Amino acid sequence: MNLDLILGILQIVLIATTPLVFAGIGELVTEKSGVLNLGVEGMMLVGAVSAFIILVITGSYFIAFFVSILSGIIMSGLFAFLVLFLMSNQIATGLALTIFGIGLSSMLGKQYIGTPIDGLSPWFFVIFSFLIVFLVSYFFYKTKAGLILRAVGESHNSAHALGYSVIKIRFLSILFGGSMCALAGSYISICYAPMWQEGMTAGRGWIALALVVFATWKPERVLIGAYIFGGVTILQMNLQALGLRFPGQFFSMAPYVATIIVLVLISSNKLRIKLSAPASLTIPFYKGR
Amino acid sequence: MIRIITFLSTFLVFAFGSAYADPKKVGFIYIGPPGDHGWTYMHDVGRKYMESQLGDSITTTYLENIPENADAVRAIRKLADSGHDLIFTTSFNYMDQTHEVAKDFPDIKFEHATGYIQAENVATYSARFYEGRMIEGHIAGHMTETNTIGYIASFPIPEVVRGINAFYLAASKVNPDIKMKIIWVFTWYDPGKEADAANTLINQGADIIVQHTDTYAPCQAAQKAGVYAFGQASNQEEFCPDAHLTSIEDIWGPYYAERAKAVVDGTWSSGDTWDGMDKGMVVMSPYNTKLMPASLIQEAVNMEVGIKDGTIHPFTGPIYNQAGELVVPEGEVAPDGMLLGMNFYVQGIDGEVPQ
Repeated sequence: MNLDLILGILQIVLIATTPLVFAGIGELVTEKSGVLNLGVEGMMLVGAVSAFIILVITGSYFIAFFVSILSGIIMSGLFAFLVLFLMSNQIATGLALTIFGIGLSSMLGKQYIGTPIDGLSPWFFVIFSFLIVFLVSYFFYKTKAGLILRAVGESHNSAHALGYSVIKIRFLSILFGGSMCALAGSYISICYAPMWQEGMTAGRGWIALALVVFATWKPERVLIGAYIFGGVTILQMNLQALGLRFPGQFFSMAPYVATIIVLVLISSNKLRIKLSAPASLTIPFYKGR
Repeated sequence: MIRIITFLSTFLVFAFGSAYADPKKVGFIYIGPPGDHGWTYMHDVGRKYMESQLGDSITTTYLENIPENADAVRAIRKLADSGHDLIFTTSFNYMDQTHEVAKDFPDIKFEHATGYIQAENVATYSARFYEGRMIEGHIAGHMTETNTIGYIASFPIPEVVRGINAFYLAASKVNPDIKMKIIWVFTWYDPGKEADAANTLINQGADIIVQHTDTYAPCQAAQKAGVYAFGQASNQEEFCPDAHLTSIEDIWGPYYAERAKAVVDGTWSSGDTWDGMDKGMVVMSPYNTKLMPASLIQEAVNMEVGIKDGTIHPFTGPIYNQAGELVVPEGEVAPDGMLLGMNFYVQGIDGEVPQ
């Protein structure tokens, strides 16, 4: 193996993994505040299609990404309203959000399928994805606001008793998650595979959700998990192309298997559960109780 | 009294009126969205052609993005339950599901694309895409400079393996040094993964990308990297004009129109159709005159003529398998039975077909 080949592989890994990092870190912040949003895939698709449509109409990458993030905020805002104010079940609402996002993005994008666009270089977003992970990590463990967010996710009643607005903090966390998912989606439709195709995120939203569990709700581990997954996927492609016998099917299911193993490991020990999963995850907060 | 009359008239309209006036309902199950500009897109083009040919005597419906699992049973059953007379299931892995539903609806006709098992009310149909792969292989053998071809394969089913072999046999004939790099991505449809595979192959030295997946992401990746590519299922030149050499186009329309007509006339019978270039079911997109020398285009056109009149067959012996055993003797062509069940690489291709 020569240096060019290795550098080439590295580039492909970075480009392929970036959307997982964005979606994963967004979902991590949402879950840290005690809300499970299963709508990642749907928000990614709506983000992808809105960025694509706006780019075709305006020709401006900046406006395209801006509107895309806005669409993520609207989608997740809808979710936040339902689960925080109407107390709807988070799991059911999140699944509904994904199904809604798949349908909405298909409908919006119908006439834009097959419109050629000029793709944007991915490198800015690749760097930004690393930056955002470290910023989130810093926010969680070095700032007071981050501590409050984590407290809300651990015990919303205690946080409420201390005078923090549980609803407001959760709302903002959900919006952050939504905007990151939309960014992941727009990265896919503008940089990674510059086109719009229905359902083009192809399950990456679910992988991002799995990554958060795999990372035991730690920001840096989301990054590591994403790169293990992306790296293994690209590596097995390289081994295949080199003519080595390799079970490709195995690597398609690897992230899900790894997630189940981590879930089994952390749930086998009560202390470990306490240390990792936010204790109030999926539990609705009723003010005044 | 009025109520009874209304009821009776409604009953009469449904009972007798329908027998004469109702158009036949034709349903389609699509694996992807009709806008993929690949496999499903071409089936949808065929559906529209059928509509234009048969006019008011049929109505059509389609269900898109149906996964190849138990969901497909539900989707096919939904069409059957809602009074469809003819149902096309347009992917190989709908095979078991199609037969499962067909058993329960003996009066409904089913057509399963690329399948090989027929029943009283289940016909199968496919196109001899491998004829197009032969032409692509011939072109690639001439055009490659690195002698390395990158091939993005979807699932290890006979249709895909057959394409790889037809391509390689033709390519190695004009260029014995040619090497194939094959990546199985285990999906028909994932633009990101398809692009990753194309970039991986290019990174490993491939200067021509061949795909057996459904989107134009690989062709786009080739365009970006400055190498050549063949499109898939439909003409994809507009997405990658500086990379696109040609595509194999699937032309389903005439077949769909013929089969629907048979249902309208009541003459439908089960069977297996496997047509190629001679019947116009497989067509090559216009060759890229900017990228290919005129002499090569002429050779490709001559090959098309030869395939059509039967003087050229992509699987003409001697053909050896990887173990070096003679599978098609000199002067003979591979029988359809062997082609339909093909699950081995021919001699010269590295690696193994995933099991």
